[in-house]
Amino acid sequence: MNFCDFQLGDAALRLLPSGALWWQATGTLVVSDLHLMKSQRVARRSGQMLPPYETRDTLARLDADVLATRPRRVICLGDSFDDATARQGLGEAETLWISRMQAGREWIWIAGNHDPAPTDLGGTALDELELEGLTFRHIAEADARAEVSGHYHPKARITLKGRAISRPCCLYDSDRAILPAYGTYTGGLDWTSPVFERILKPGARAALIGRTPCALPVPRRQSA
Amino acid sequence: MGSMATFPQRFDDWFARRGWNLHPHQRDMMEQADAPALLLIAPTGGGKTLAGFLPTLAELADGGHAGLHTLYVSPLKALATDIRRNLTAPVEEMGLPIRIEDRTGDTSYTQKRRQRADPPHILLTTPESLALMLSYEDAPRIFAGLSRIVVDEIHALAESKRGDQLMLALSRLQALVPDLRRVGLSATVEDPAAIAAFLARHPDPAHILYADPGPDPDISMLEAAAPPPWAGGGGRYAMPEVLEQVRAHKTTLIFHNTRAQAEIFFHELWLQNENALPIGIHHGSLSREQRARTEAAMVNGDLRAIVCTGSLDLGIDWGDVDLVIQVGAPKNVKRLVQRIGRANHRYNAPSKALLVPANRFEVVECVAALEAVKARDLDGDPRGPGPRDVLCQHILIRAASGPFDAGELYDEIRTAGGYAALTRAQFDACLDFVATGGYALRGYDQWQRLMERDGAWQLRDPRGALRIRQNIGTIMDTDLVKVRLRHRRGGTPLGEVEEGFAATLTPGDTFLIGGEIVRYEGLREMVVEVTRRPEKPPKIATFMGTKFATSTQLSHRILRMFRQPDWPGLPPATREWLHLQRRASHLPEADRILVESFPFLGRAHTCIYGFAGRNAMQTLGLLVTARMEAQGLNPLGFVSTDYATLIWGLEPVEDPAPLFDGDNLRAAFETWLAGNAVMKRTFKQSAVIAGLIDRQTRGQRKSGRQAAFSADILYDTLRKYDPDHLLLEITREEALRGLVDFGRIEEMLARTAGRIDHVVVDRPTPLAAPLFLEAGRVPVEGAGTEKLLADEADRLMEGAGLAITAEDARRWRQPF
Repeated sequence: MNFCDFQLGDAALRLLPSGALWWQATGTLVVSDLHLMKSQRVARRSGQMLPPYETRDTLARLDADVLATRPRRVICLGDSFDDATARQGLGEAETLWISRMQAGREWIWIAGNHDPAPTDLGGTALDELELEGLTFRHIAEADARAEVSGHYHPKARITLKGRAISRPCCLYDSDRAILPAYGTYTGGLDWTSPVFERILKPGARAALIGRTPCALPVPRRQSA
Repeated sequence: MGSMATFPQRFDDWFARRGWNLHPHQRDMMEQADAPALLLIAPTGGGKTLAGFLPTLAELADGGHAGLHTLYVSPLKALATDIRRNLTAPVEEMGLPIRIEDRTGDTSYTQKRRQRADPPHILLTTPESLALMLSYEDAPRIFAGLSRIVVDEIHALAESKRGDQLMLALSRLQALVPDLRRVGLSATVEDPAAIAAFLARHPDPAHILYADPGPDPDISMLEAAAPPPWAGGGGRYAMPEVLEQVRAHKTTLIFHNTRAQAEIFFHELWLQNENALPIGIHHGSLSREQRARTEAAMVNGDLRAIVCTGSLDLGIDWGDVDLVIQVGAPKNVKRLVQRIGRANHRYNAPSKALLVPANRFEVVECVAALEAVKARDLDGDPRGPGPRDVLCQHILIRAASGPFDAGELYDEIRTAGGYAALTRAQFDACLDFVATGGYALRGYDQWQRLMERDGAWQLRDPRGALRIRQNIGTIMDTDLVKVRLRHRRGGTPLGEVEEGFAATLTPGDTFLIGGEIVRYEGLREMVVEVTRRPEKPPKIATFMGTKFATSTQLSHRILRMFRQPDWPGLPPATREWLHLQRRASHLPEADRILVESFPFLGRAHTCIYGFAGRNAMQTLGLLVTARMEAQGLNPLGFVSTDYATLIWGLEPVEDPAPLFDGDNLRAAFETWLAGNAVMKRTFKQSAVIAGLIDRQTRGQRKSGRQAAFSADILYDTLRKYDPDHLLLEITREEALRGLVDFGRIEEMLARTAGRIDHVVVDRPTPLAAPLFLEAGRVPVEGAGTEKLLADEADRLMEGAGLAITAEDARRWRQPF
């Protein structure tokens, strides 16, 4: 299997095919926007009854990444739950599952805009974290350096000989990386959105998740 | 009520003033006005609509009726508006105390509110607007006085989910007003009894009235100087003769099977139109403004010809049409007959029509279709049971209007013919799905959508009714994006193209729409912006819309023709071609599958003659190549037509029998369902109709709000964790018809019962040769997409001056 590697400050980072970020030197696995219990929040708010399997699916993928990398530390980069009420709805089995993954390692919940960092699920709840020269927070800040964030759910759209492909991606330049959403039921913000144009420097790249890792230049909008 | 005895004198006076005589079927409709269900079958131009309304006008003439009396439902908004105009004239001239209004998606909010508070006597509407009215709490009051419902173009509605939704709405209406009488107006159909059963309250019978079908149509093949090409569509070779016919007639309708072909033909026609005859174009992808302009020009008699598609199959009488030209094989005899009826709307005058086969195989199909028209042998597939995604939506609509008893609703639903055989278990599964999601994992008990309180089902949160109303309907048009001319203050709208097509465009690309070549400039707020500066030959827009497959009956007729020793009725080129095929191989037979294998251009080729129609042959191509891949035959791609699939690959097929083993194919079908894009599209449609995900409205798309939930992900998740879920069951049912059309593969397997003839030859056979020229080749997906993506990434990085260094490349390929 192949991976997409890039450098942020002094840190050598690797985007895994699942959308998690692996920082080998510090044994840190980073995932963003898990949005656990999203289907329940949707049912509560809109009456739509989505298949309630996304929490299970998201945890299963995280479990696989944890097994494969055996991290010393896991950072959940905010919006881990779809909202604070969703956190309360987490079942016993899922709670145990999370505890099992937490065993023997440091676990950090960064606060998101959807949810405060959970304080009753084990691990440490923080607003942001600085670690060996990198800053981890939910939403990218202007003028930040060596920052890893999430929040925007970036998604790349590309046309290949008449076939359109759309995949979550990690956007990065020399100052920051914006991680794709890890949760199973998460939409995406198109990589050509003006939001990214404001945050990222020209020459930014996108690392697409999926079987074939590849880094592409982020297209800039043509001036209309 | 409603008998000839009460037919008011002023009607006769008015007819006399107008010099009109009632047609016999119009009198019959008056005489049988009391029938609980009445179906009128009449050719176009037979005064069908007036026949449907006469009893209503008679019953309302004395001014004694309060509130709504007659609902008129048609599949077209335009028809509702047009009928209002046509009815208003006699009502005013006779001074009848009757209020007539229409109500469609275009009706203003104030008008709609007023109609709910104070309904007119006659309300003209569409199935969707009717469903919406039934979702209101005050539905019983709105429909209190309703006495008749007239369903126009019922033959067209009966072929789609809109018809199923309408019949469920009727079951509800009938429960509100038990004495409601139903009237259906239909064009000529193959099985009137089926349409009657569709219309009537089950198990009531429906009376069927037949108007005089009129004289046989004057129909033949257009003789062109150039022979038709070997393959492809479009009919360009016959352009000079078509123009000559247009010159010789007052108004000609030129029908095409696809919008893209209509566009190309229209473009070419204008290039050769030396006399500058006024010719217009009309199809469903054009903007409403553009279509309205063509329609108005046509009604005024300003146009000599209109290049069109199925968008003109239904509807209003368009001026003085005296010739219909059908370009391309008609695919379906019934639709051909209905199209021919568009010529000469004068009653009892023969319609004149010409067929233009687009290629040599279509010559055979056109001859078969001509024979079928002469024999009045119409085709059509029997209707399956009513689709359950529509039923789920109906249950939601019922819940939006107020609490209901499950048993009563079940009984009510079974009065709709399509749902007569619905079991209580099937109904309960649908109810459970809309109430709780119906998942094996019960995750939502406290948040479920519907709850049973005191024996009555109702919305958990009454605010949910709004969302249900916003999602009413079974038409899917969400994958289209608008095309506009680029202009500072929002340019002229030109029409719509598929979002998938829009995604393939890069600035500078050109395509045809509305007969002009436009240049793609960019996508802004989900609108394709174009300019009129053609610089390149056009790409062709891949318009959505059904690509009709040749009907089973027509395919069988062709196979019967192949049994003849000779074909004196065919043009010499085609006749000789069939003889050549017989000498080189066989002609396909109905009870056997002919398979030919031969090398060509360094590849092994296999041609399968299944005669199952384009969609099923495409599915067969996907399934057979999947089996070939498993056998290590390395198939590379295939192409399908209505009658055959041609596969090419690295290794020749030695024994085709295992490829067609029924159990194998069915197993492959199940596996293949997993990742197939067509299945995902089918799932998405059912998920929207059944209320699992919201319909995306134009407004949301314009504001750039992305779909919160990708239907693809929901589909994958359900398959993984809940493979027996109701919605997957519905998706599989839908896949048997429609784009996947596995039902016709089953039909092919049944009629051939394992009898396979494998002919191995050293070169392409005459019948297989045209397939090499067919468009629409399908690459066999293996690692193909991933390879393409990697190549593209390299190219883009290089183009951006970000070439991947050897160092990068090595790091990328590190094993984990």
